[in-house]
Amino acid sequence: MSARHTVTVTFNGREHRASVPARRSLADFLRDDLQLTGTHLGCEHGMCGACTVLLDGAAVRSCILYAVQVDGAQVTTVEGLSPDGTTLSPLQDAFVACHGLQCGFCTPGMLIAATELLRENAAPSEDEIRTALGGNLCRCTGYQQIVESVQLAARGADAR
Amino acid sequence: MILAEPPVGTAARRFVGKKRRPVEDRRFVLGQGRYAADVTLPHLHHVAVVTSPYAHARIVHVDVRAALAVPGVLGVATGAELRAACKPLRQYIDVPEIAWYPLAGEQTVYAGEWVVAVVASERAIAEDAAELVEVTFEEIPAVLDPERAIEPDAPPTHAAHPSNVVYRRTFRWGEVERDFARAPHRLRGRYRWHRSATVPIETFSVVAAWNAGTNLLDVWASIQMPQFPEQMAQSLGIPLNAVRVHFDVDVGGSYGVKRGIKHGVLAGYLSRRFGVPVKFVEDRLENMRGGDMHGPDRIFDVEVAFDDDGVVRSMKMRTLDDEGAYPGRSPLQMGKPVGAIVGPYTIGSVEYEAIAVVTNKCSQVAVRGFGQAPTNFAIELTMDRVAEAVGIDRFEVRRRNFIPPDAFPYVIPSGTPYDSGDYGVVLGKAVDCAGLDELLRWRDAGRADGCLRGVGVATCLEPGGGNAIFEALFNPKNESTTFPEGCQVKIDRTGTISAQIGVATSGQGHETLVSTILGEAFGVEPDRIRVIHADSLAGLPSQSPVASRMAIVLGDAALGAARKLKDKMLRIAAHRLGAAAEECAWDADTVRRIADPAANVSWAEIARIAHTAYHLLPPGMEPGLQAQFVQQVQGGGTLPTAEGVVRMYPCQSFSAHVVAIEIDRDTGRIAFHRYALAHDCGTVINPDIVRGMVLGGIAHGIGAALYERFQYDEHGQLLTQALSDYLMPTTYEVPHVEMVEHETPSPLTAFGQKGVGEGGYMTTPAAVVAAINDALAPGGARIAHVPVTPVDVLELLA
Repeated sequence: MSARHTVTVTFNGREHRASVPARRSLADFLRDDLQLTGTHLGCEHGMCGACTVLLDGAAVRSCILYAVQVDGAQVTTVEGLSPDGTTLSPLQDAFVACHGLQCGFCTPGMLIAATELLRENAAPSEDEIRTALGGNLCRCTGYQQIVESVQLAARGADAR
Repeated sequence: MILAEPPVGTAARRFVGKKRRPVEDRRFVLGQGRYAADVTLPHLHHVAVVTSPYAHARIVHVDVRAALAVPGVLGVATGAELRAACKPLRQYIDVPEIAWYPLAGEQTVYAGEWVVAVVASERAIAEDAAELVEVTFEEIPAVLDPERAIEPDAPPTHAAHPSNVVYRRTFRWGEVERDFARAPHRLRGRYRWHRSATVPIETFSVVAAWNAGTNLLDVWASIQMPQFPEQMAQSLGIPLNAVRVHFDVDVGGSYGVKRGIKHGVLAGYLSRRFGVPVKFVEDRLENMRGGDMHGPDRIFDVEVAFDDDGVVRSMKMRTLDDEGAYPGRSPLQMGKPVGAIVGPYTIGSVEYEAIAVVTNKCSQVAVRGFGQAPTNFAIELTMDRVAEAVGIDRFEVRRRNFIPPDAFPYVIPSGTPYDSGDYGVVLGKAVDCAGLDELLRWRDAGRADGCLRGVGVATCLEPGGGNAIFEALFNPKNESTTFPEGCQVKIDRTGTISAQIGVATSGQGHETLVSTILGEAFGVEPDRIRVIHADSLAGLPSQSPVASRMAIVLGDAALGAARKLKDKMLRIAAHRLGAAAEECAWDADTVRRIADPAANVSWAEIARIAHTAYHLLPPGMEPGLQAQFVQQVQGGGTLPTAEGVVRMYPCQSFSAHVVAIEIDRDTGRIAFHRYALAHDCGTVINPDIVRGMVLGGIAHGIGAALYERFQYDEHGQLLTQALSDYLMPTTYEVPHVEMVEHETPSPLTAFGQKGVGEGGYMTTPAAVVAAINDALAPGGARIAHVPVTPVDVLELLA
C-alpha cells in the first residue's frame, strides 16, 4: 500500500530498529508494533492529548506524528516513567496518593505533560500547572485532583 | 443463622470512610490499564464503516466490488445482508415499526449512520477499502426540529412509523387543578436544554471472537450497559450462554454513554460471518456523528402555582425530548426524573407530560443522571423565578420549599419515598463554604463600577440505587421490578480473600469499593483482598454501574456475601472448639470462645479446615469457603400503579452549589470567580473517589452549561464533530472548586451510603445559568437555555 522505511528509535531507553509504512503514525507504531499500549488514542487529530509522549524530552502528540519522523530520536512513553516498570516515580505516586485520575485513559498523557513541566519548573504554581496541562483533556476528574497530584509531586521533589 | 455484627458504628470503622489509595490507580499510572482497544488476538481483523452523508435518504444501490478487490480485505457486510441475518436491536418503548440495526437498510435516517462494514487485516486497509464502496443515495426530506417533528404533517423519520411521536403520556399525581385554583400566583417558563453528551476520551471499542468449535462468542467491549450480553444474544439469534462478555477490560470513561450495543452486534456478526476475531475502534468522527451517544435534547414548559410567601403548591411540566433517529433506551430518560420530580421541595401535586419524538439526527443515549440533569435545570430556574416574583431571596425561596428534615421518609406525589436528608443544613454549608456575604459584596461593588457580576445557587436531589421500574411506566410490556447486583466472595485454603463482581468499571473504583467493604467486614487490610471482574457467564446477575447505584447495591451485596462467610467460619471454629456457635464470637480475624477467650481458632486454621479437613467440619457442611449474594434494590420491587405512581430509587443524595461569575462586556466571556458547594451522599466509603465524582460531574456540567453542543445545520449535518468544534472544558475553563460534605446516612443501606456519581453534573448547569442571570438582571435580561455562549450573552447586552 505504501512504501516502507527503516527507522531506529530509542523507546524508553531501548533501541528498536523497525520497518514501517510511511503512513504509520507514531501512536500506531507504539501501540501495534511495540505493544506499548499505555499510549492512548482519544481523537487522532491532536486535540485530546491522551497520546502525548516525550520526543527528545519535549511533550508531543504521537497521533499526529509519523513513525518515520522520529528516526534517530529518544521517545519516552508512560511505560518509561517508572524506573523499573514496578516502582512508581514520585509523579506517578502522587497521582495515586491524590487520586488524580478515574478511568485512567487520559492519565498517560497527563503524566507525560506533567513530567515535562516538572523538569522545566520544579516548583510550579497552580496556574503554571493548569497552563502546562491545558492541552490535555480529562472527562472524569474536573482536573482538580490532577493539579493537586502535580503539586504534591513538586513538593516531594522539593523535600528531597 | 448467626450474623456477624453489622459494621455500622462510625467510630469502630477501620476502612470505610478513611482516606485510602484506590487500588485501581496503580495500574493506570504505570500505563498498565487494559482497554478494549488494547486487546489483541491471533488472526485479529479490523472493521471500518462506510457512513451516510445524508440526514435522510433512500439507499438505491451499494457496490462493494472495488472494496473487495483491495488486498487484505476479507469481506464486506451491507445493511441488507445484516438485516436478513440478525434481529433488530432492542428498543425499550413499544415501537416495533422502527427496526434498529447496526447498519442502515433501505433508508438511512441520519448523517453519520453506518451503511456498510468492511473487514480487513489492518485497520488502515479496511479504511482504504471503505473509501472504495460506492453507495447511491436518493435524498428525501429530513425533519430536524423537534417542534416541527411533532406536527401531524411533518416528514416521518421512519416511513414505517408515520408519526414522529414515539411516546406520549401525561401523568397526574395529586390534585393539580385544585392546587392551581387555590394558589394566588402562577408563572410559566420555557427552558431549552440543547443536545450534548459526556463524550469520553476513549471512543467505543469492541473485540469479538466467534469460536465455531465451542459455539461461543467472546466479547471485550468498552461498555457500561445493562443487559449488554442479553441484547447481543437476542439480536444475533444465539443463546445467551453463547455470549461471553469479558468485564475485565478497563473502560476509558462512560458517564452513561458507553452502551455500544450496535457496535457489539456488528462485531459479533462479522466475526461469525467471516470466521475471524474482529476489532472495531470508532474513530472520533464515527463516534461523534454515528456512535449513538448524544444526550438529552429537550424543551421544557413549566408552570407553577405558589403562595404569597413563595411556597410552590403545584407544578405542570411538559417535556419534549428529541431522541434522534432510533429511540433505543433514551426515552426512559424522561422516566427517571419521575422519581425526583419535585426535586428537594414539598410541591404537593404535579402534572407531567413526557413526549418523545424522533428526528433525523444521531440517536440519543443515557447520559450522566439519566435525564434528570435537564429536568433539574428546569426546576431550579423556575424556583429562581418564583423568588423574583414574590420578592424574596433565591436562597430563602429554597429554604421555604425544602422538605424538612423531620419529614423523612417523605413520599413525593409520584410515589417515591425519599429516605433521608437535611437540605437546609447542606444549603447552609454551601453558603458558608462560598462565603456568600463576601461574594455579594464583590458582586455589588463590581456592579457599581459597571461590571457584570452574578451569584447563582442551585440545589439538586440525586436519586441513587437504580432500578428498572420506570421501564414499565414507558412500556407496560416491561414488567421489570428488580435490577439486582451480585457479588461472590471466596476465601482460599491459605486464607486469602478474593471477590468477583460482574461489571466493567469506567473509573468509579469498584475494586476499591468492594475491597474496602470486605476489609471492614472481615477485619482484614483491604489491599490484601483481590477483586476481579468476572465474565458474563461466570459472574452473578449484574446490571452495570448506572444510576449512582454501585455503592448502594454492590456494596451491600459484598457485605451480604461476607456475612454468610463469617457465619460459616464461626460455625467451623465453634465446632473445632467443641462449643455451640452461640458461645463463640469473632475477635478481629480470630474466633474465640466467649467464656474462655484463650480457646480460639485462627483465620488461617478455619480456612485450612474448610478446604482440607472434612473430618473437622461440622457434619454435613459443604467444604470450602465461598458465598454469593445478590442484592435486590433496597425498597424496590413493585410495579407502577395504573396512574403511574411508582416507587423508584431507594436513596436520595443532595447537593447545593453556589457560583459567582463575571461576564466580559466586550467579548461575552463568562469567567468563574468562585465555585463552592456542599453535598450529602450519606456515608462516604472512599473520600477521594467521592470527591472525584463530584468534581468530575461539575466539569461535565460546566461543559453542558457553557460550551458543549451537538449543533446540526439545516441539512442535518453535524457541525461540531471534531474535538476542535465540540468544545470540552480544559484546565482553563474548569475552576478550582471548594467543597464540603455532610453525612445523612441512608436507613436503607448497611453503612448508610448513598449514590454520588451524578449530582455534580445535575446541579452545575442550573447554578451557572443562575449566576449568569444574576449578572444580567440589572439589565433585565434572562437566559433559559444551555449551553450559554458568549454570542448569546452579547446579543442580550446589545
